[in-house]
Amino acid sequence: MNNKNKPRQKIQGNRKQGKAGWYFFIIVITLYVILLILNPAKTALSFKSFFSLIIKITPTLMLIILLIGLFNYFVPPKKLQEWLVHGKGTNPGIQRIKAWGIAIIGGIVSSGPIYLWYPFLAQLRKSGVRNSLIATFLYNRAVKIPLVPMMIMYFGLAYTIILTIVTMIFSVFNGLLLEIIIDKKNY
Amino acid sequence: MQEPRKTLRGLSQAVLKAARSMYNMLPILSGIILLISLVNTWVPKTLYTSIFSKNPLLDVFIGDLLGSILAGNPITSYILGGELLTQGVSLLAITAFIVAWVTVGIVQLPAEALILGKRFAITRTLISFCFAIIISVITVSILKII
Repeated sequence: MNNKNKPRQKIQGNRKQGKAGWYFFIIVITLYVILLILNPAKTALSFKSFFSLIIKITPTLMLIILLIGLFNYFVPPKKLQEWLVHGKGTNPGIQRIKAWGIAIIGGIVSSGPIYLWYPFLAQLRKSGVRNSLIATFLYNRAVKIPLVPMMIMYFGLAYTIILTIVTMIFSVFNGLLLEIIIDKKNY
Repeated sequence: MQEPRKTLRGLSQAVLKAARSMYNMLPILSGIILLISLVNTWVPKTLYTSIFSKNPLLDVFIGDLLGSILAGNPITSYILGGELLTQGVSLLAITAFIVAWVTVGIVQLPAEALILGKRFAITRTLISFCFAIIISVITVSILKII
């Protein structure tokens, strides 16, 4: 990786994040080793489950890498600010509503495990997207359109419709409340 | 107008950069997936039913907590929720369980904290935990009225 043009603080921050990731991974592996001694059969099943999960998420992972690459290449920061950063553009009120709409729809249509989307969202935030919209996006991942038929089957149509609408409304409250509580610079 | 080769080169570089940043997150992502696999294998499904007390007020909190801790495909939460409903657990508790499953997620909290920031991750988790209960109360109340 070429770090020549990156400011020193960013390189140190990235290294810190990298180290913490490795520490976490080592802790989990240590847990597996302990469990392997206690119950080899069950731990082997956990490994099997891990590998099937990896195979399952690999297509989504590839898609997200492609999305991040396309996003970085095709969406200029100014355009992104216009779409998603509050108060920008010629009509701030309309921009604000658009931004919330994009965050809600983005969360609903996003697929795959939530943790795969964190890098993309971190990227958005670096470009100026507010924490409230990031949080709203994450919350709307609770609305899974492909799984709606299954939910209807178990809990009924009325329940599914009500829960979906209430969740979408509360996703906005979630974002707003989060932003009130935390300072954008101190996340 | 840019030359096609330049555009393609720039695009491939952008995708490569994204791949590199994802590669740097491999340890934390692998750790999370290993943890999820562990929970899915080691926690027996029958445990979930035995946890609930049949007291609606206590159960909604238990449902929220259980949904927050567990991870995996949301389909699992629907199946489990359906099963718990037939066993007599209140719809209030099951709704909190389903909502918390997809909105909270203690298992992925380390990854969220590392990538999006500790304060963001913890605050979002706590708000989502509280909202799961509020959403379940509102949903079930509206369902009873209509």
